[in-house]
Formats: sequence, structure tokens, C-alpha cells
Amino acid sequence: MAQRAQPIIGKTGIIAGGFVVAVVLLAFIGIAVRADVGRGFGPAEWAAIRFTLVQSALSALISVACAIPLARALARRRFLGRGFLITLLGAPFILPVIVAVLGLLTVFGRSGWVNVVLEAVGLPTLSIYGLHGVVLAHVFFNLPLATRLLLQGWQSIPAERFRLAAQLNLPPKMVQRTLELPLLLQIVPGAAALVFVICLTSFAVALTLGGGPRATTIELAIYQAFRFDFDLSRAALLSFVQLFLAGGAALIALWIIPDIAMSAGLDRELRRWDARGGFQRVQDAAVIALGSAFLLLPLFAIVLAGLYGLPQMPIGVWKTAGNSLGVAVLSIAVLLAVALPMAGWISTRRAGGAEAIGLIGLSASPLMIGTGWFILINPVADPVPLALPVTALINALMALPFALRILVPPMRDVLNTFDRLSRSLGLRGWTAWRWLVIPRLRAQIGFTAGLTGALSVGDLGVIALFADPDRATLPLQMYRLMGAYRTEAAAGAALVLLAMALGLFWLCDKGGRWRAEA
Amino acid sequence: MRRTLFATTLLLATQAGAETPVLTVYAGDYFTSEWGPGPMIETGFEEICACDLQFATGDLLPRLLLEGERTKADVVIGLTSDVTAKARETGLFTTHGQDNTALTLPIEWTDDTFLPFNYGHTAFIYNETTMDAPPASFDALLDLPDDVKIVIQDPRTSISGLALVLWVQAVYGEEAGDVWKKLAPSILTVTKDWSASYGMFTDGEVDMVLSYTTSPAYHMFAEEDFTKKAAIFPEGHYFMVETVGKIAQTQVPELADAFMAYVLSNDFQRMIPTANWSLPSALPADQWPEGWSQLPLPEKVLFYSEDEAEALKAQAIETWRNALSQ
Repeated sequence: MAQRAQPIIGKTGIIAGGFVVAVVLLAFIGIAVRADVGRGFGPAEWAAIRFTLVQSALSALISVACAIPLARALARRRFLGRGFLITLLGAPFILPVIVAVLGLLTVFGRSGWVNVVLEAVGLPTLSIYGLHGVVLAHVFFNLPLATRLLLQGWQSIPAERFRLAAQLNLPPKMVQRTLELPLLLQIVPGAAALVFVICLTSFAVALTLGGGPRATTIELAIYQAFRFDFDLSRAALLSFVQLFLAGGAALIALWIIPDIAMSAGLDRELRRWDARGGFQRVQDAAVIALGSAFLLLPLFAIVLAGLYGLPQMPIGVWKTAGNSLGVAVLSIAVLLAVALPMAGWISTRRAGGAEAIGLIGLSASPLMIGTGWFILINPVADPVPLALPVTALINALMALPFALRILVPPMRDVLNTFDRLSRSLGLRGWTAWRWLVIPRLRAQIGFTAGLTGALSVGDLGVIALFADPDRATLPLQMYRLMGAYRTEAAAGAALVLLAMALGLFWLCDKGGRWRAEA
Repeated sequence: MRRTLFATTLLLATQAGAETPVLTVYAGDYFTSEWGPGPMIETGFEEICACDLQFATGDLLPRLLLEGERTKADVVIGLTSDVTAKARETGLFTTHGQDNTALTLPIEWTDDTFLPFNYGHTAFIYNETTMDAPPASFDALLDLPDDVKIVIQDPRTSISGLALVLWVQAVYGEEAGDVWKKLAPSILTVTKDWSASYGMFTDGEVDMVLSYTTSPAYHMFAEEDFTKKAAIFPEGHYFMVETVGKIAQTQVPELADAFMAYVLSNDFQRMIPTANWSLPSALPADQWPEGWSQLPLPEKVLFYSEDEAEALKAQAIETWRNALSQ
């Protein structure tokens, strides 16, 4: 076999990938050690698997389908407050489920704003409960993510291409076919797979808006098997099914991505000569207005309730906010240490199959990983002081697939484009990271860090299983307030949570794009 | 790290002399927040025990089952009688050593391992300003017009949801499946936990919420809001009791015993109503805080012993799931 040229980066990625696999595998082993033979799958479990697949597929399709026009409109328009709007539109994705559900109910609920308006004009009211409610909520959560992923892609098309297209006087249709379609083909399957996996592991939102036991997901069955029946073997088996479905979806999505090389541009300002027409302007304005209304009204509802509850919030909330911040910062550090080398490794391979490794942390059920590690740690050390670091690690794993989806395509482009130059300069390893990759991926790294931090702040996670009172996080504190009838104070805490998540995201995202046009 | 080192040195230097013994109490998560009963109990007990009471919170039963013999708990507070069978099975608990005749529960309590510290009944709560004709019986609840909506909790994820399916089982027995089908059109949705349900109720999304007979007390005594009421049904209400238990292998058995005794003390029992918003287990109604004895409570109480509950649980949940999945 002919000796292939060694890629300039990527060696450490195998170690990082191995680390991720080990974390999940060891958790499974931990559970397997303790599991007795429980009862197998009954009709209830099969119904849960069916429902999970249907709702996840629908949620993924609709989220991505809606994200395409929204991302395109945002990519080709410049207006005052655009950056702020894009940051704000990302907020639903990082909201804790219960906060988001209450926000959605204020807008779309039985006595919500939409129904009040519909009733006032004599139209039939709509119900948010049922499969369509689940999908609506999942689109609310994931449309921002899909939009941001596509937007990142759009912005990775070198501005020179659009200039060239304009010089050749290509009509918008042709621009779409030659520039935008290849890009969509590159990003859409991965984005859809990602949304599919996120929806796969959801359960509180599916239950609440699904209307009852019909809307049982696999994750709910895992929760029940673990917390109520304490049937570890069934919990492990169900986690395995979930992992298999998620992994399968990811592999299919990643295999069908055509390998497209984008040659480099000079990173000039992105101007779109093809979208100057009046019709496109109106179309984009309408899409942005609609998308913003859908995503921002529930946020507005949360802010309104939160402002009212803020004065009633006990002082202890701030301490838990500090804990959450610590977890978030640690998560970001762990994530970058794992995601960057992994992305480098994946970028040097032709097929994207390796990216599926990134998904296992998200799809293996965080509850399961946390429990497995509790079992592993307990005989050798007190797991309680490790509760926050373990939470941070799990949060980092959950953010890993997003990170890879964001980092891999541009990294692949950078490596393809600069491969020969780097070789002739002898640029490889750390030097290549330092001078070539990281500077060119600043925007994506910032975005990734922001996303991880924000997700981490809003995650309730495994901390609920074994936290002592000093280690409560902000979401946990919010649940405590709700559990003690302090609904208004809880709404205040939800607002703090929202502000913290958005703030963290904005800081990292802005940091990454500082002095960079995007 | 430095703190650990410092603490270790201190510990070695002082040896047993001035060392304060620690009592570790596992409690439900809500328990230790600053508005929960935990801090008051901690202060109250530390005044009499010359010890350091430390709470550890989390999901009580899964945590105990996971930790097994390695548990650091000396005392566990907050397990309801619907799950104590499983807790007892672990063999971790020993007898509480207290006199059960001190209890003032509406049912007889003979258990010598799990000692009740509070109780309440499962009930549907409504707002009297928005609901003109609340159901006066469980049968009437089933006949509510379809536009009256209730929210309940999932018995597979919440203790209150589990109590509801056992309640229906206790009232209707074999007919439980039909009862659920009849109730289905009124059930707007099912939530994972009590908090989410109650939030939907206070936000006006539903007319009634599955909660406890003592829920209106919070609104009355903490918010001076007298509009929230519990619908009292003559068929009887399912009885919920939270218990406290002593871990057999505790290193501080005397302290654990002292805590068990403290649970039955007037001092502790008087805290329960306004800190836990439930009814004290060993305090006659005439000694409850002002106004509490006027709280409408059911005359008939339905209850399953932990063994009955354990035996009925799986089937009752299955009946619920099947009826509502159609």
C-alpha cells in the first residue's frame, strides 16, 4: 500500500475520541455490574420507541425546513440590531424545559395570547396539546440551533464567490444552485441528524405537551426504569436502544453528505448582489418577522413573569447562580479540549463516520452516564464533591455533537485549502493549530464555547440525584422554588437563568468574532 | 484542598476531645432550601444535641439503592409509605424506637421502622373565582363537562401521580380502567412532576390540578389568597404520609435516636404546617397554628399499606397507561 501523506493535524483527536467512548462505555459497564436481570421489553416500551421515532423525525424535518429560509434571510440582510437579534434568537435552545414550556403556554396555551386574539376575532381556538404540541415545542427549541448552523455555513462561502456570481450576472436561481445548494447539502443532513438526536432524548416536554401517556419517549421509560422501578438492566437496555437509534441516524446522515471542497476566499465582507430585488427583500423581511415572533414572544412572556418575580427571589438564588457559572466554565474548558482535536481528526478523514462518536454522549442519556459514574466512583471516593465536575463533564459531552457540527466543515475547508502550503512550510502539529486553524476558526470556536456554556447553565442534569445543599445549581434552585409554591420567585430565577445563558453565549460568541467580519 | 488539609490537621490535633459529632440526614431536595423545613429543623435540633446536623439531598430512594451498604446516611427523612417497601427491602433500616401512640394520624400506624412526620391527602385544587361548580364527589369529577380541564402528574415519574392512581384504585377497584377512560377528556395533559402541574394551574391554563388538601393553606397563610380550594370528595381521599427512618449501621446511633425523638417533639411538629405546608403527624388539631384546624379536610381517608401499595402499583400504572393511551 502506498504511504499516504500524514495529515498536518489530527493525531490527538484519536485520543480525544477514545476518551469520549471510554466515558460512555465505562458508565454502561458501571450499570451492567449492578444490574440484575429485570423484565424485558413489553408493549409499553415498543410504543415508546415508536412514538420517539415519529416525533423526533417530524421535529427534525420541520425545524430544518423552517431554518433554511430564516438562515438565508439572515445571511443576506444587514440591518440595525442584526447581531443582537441573532443572539436573541438562539435563546430558546438553551432554556430549561420547564421555563420554555411555561413561556410557550403563555403564548399558545388554552388561555394564551394567541387564543385570546383568535377568540376576539371570532376564529376557532387552537390546542397546543398532542403530537403537534410536542413538535411545536421541539421546533421552538431547535429552530434556533438549525438556523445558526446554516447561518455559519452561509457565512463560510467566500465573499469572492458572490462577487464573481454578480460579475457573471447570474440570476438568483443560478446563485442558489451553484453556491447555496452545495452548501445546504453539506450542512442540512448533519443539522437534521443533530435535531433528531436532541428530540430523541427529550421527555418532559413530550410528556407535558403530548397530553399524556401516549407521548411516552424512550428517555421517559429510562427515567421510570431507573428512578421508579430501579430496574437497572432495563434502563441500560433502553439506553442502548436510544444510542443505537441515534447512532444509526447520525451515520446515515453523515454518509450521505457529499464531499465538497470550498476553496478559500479572502474573508471580505459578505455582500449579496443577487438578493437586491424588491421581492427578495419583502420575502426576507417577512421570514425574519415571522421567525422572530415565534421565537421571541415566549421569551418575552418569560421576561415579563420574571421581572414581576425578581423582587421576591431569595438571596440563595445568587449562590446557586455562581455554582452554575462554575459548571459552565468547566464545561467549556472540557469541551474545547475534546472537541478541537476531535474535529481536527475528523476533518482529515474522508468519510464523516467518525463524527458519530461525538453523538454518543448526547444520545446515551445523561441520566444513564451520571448514574453509571456514580456507581463507579462510589466504592473508591465520595461522589458528592464530584457532583459538579461530573455534571460539567456530562454537559461537555452533550455539547460535543454541536461543537463538531460547527467546527468540522470549516476545519475541513481550511485543511484542504492550506494543505499544500502547510506542507511546503513544514507547518504541522501545534504550530499548525496555532497559526493556521485556530485563527481561521475563531468565530466557530467562540460560537461553540458560547453554546456549551449556555447549555450547561440551563441543564438540570444529574445533579438532582446526589447534590448536597451547597452544590445546588440555578435550575435546581428554580425547581425547588416551584416545589415550595414560590412560582413567582421561580419565574424570577428563570429570568436570571435566561440572562446568564444569553450573557455567556453572547460573551463567547462576540469574543470569537471580535474584529472578524461575519 | 487547603481547607481539607486544615480540617484534617484540626481533627488529628483535637482527637475526640472537642470534636463535634456529625449527624447526616438524607432528605428530599425541596427540604433543605431556605424556605423549606430543613434549616429550622437543623437549628432546632442543634440547640439540643451538641452536634452538627448535615443534610444531603437528592433522589432519596435511588440514591440509597445505589449506595447500599456504603451509604453515609444516619437518618433518612421524606420517604412516603408508597415506596417504603422497597426501602425496607434494602435491609439498611433499623427500628425507630419511638412510641407510636404519640401519633395523631387519621389512620392507625403500627410500623416500628418508618416513623411518620407529616401527612396530607391527594386532592384536586380549584380556584373558586373561576370555577362556579366544582365537583362535590369523585363521580361528579368524572361527569365534568369536557371544557373543564384538569392537569395530573405521571405516576411513572412522580410520587403524587402514583398516589392518584392508587387513589382511583382504592375508590373504584376493578372499574379503574373505565374511570380513567371517562376522565380522559377532562385531562388537558400530564406532567412529569408536581411543580410543572401546579405552575400550569396558577397560570390559569387549567381549572383544576392534582395536589394536596393542604395546598390552599399555603395560599391562605403565606399569600392571604383565599380563592384556592381543595375539592373534598365523600368517596374518600388517598392518604400520603412522609416518614423518617434510622440507618442500622450508623456510627452515631444515640444521635440518630435523639433525632427520631426530636421528630415527635412539639418543637418539630409545630414547624411542619408553615414550613412544609402539610399536617403534623403528632400534634392534636387544637395545637395547630392559628387557622389551620379550619382547613377543610376529608372525613374518609383511603390508605394502602406499603405492601398493598407495592403489590398494586405496577398494575394500577398499567391500567392508567392503557386507558389514557387510546
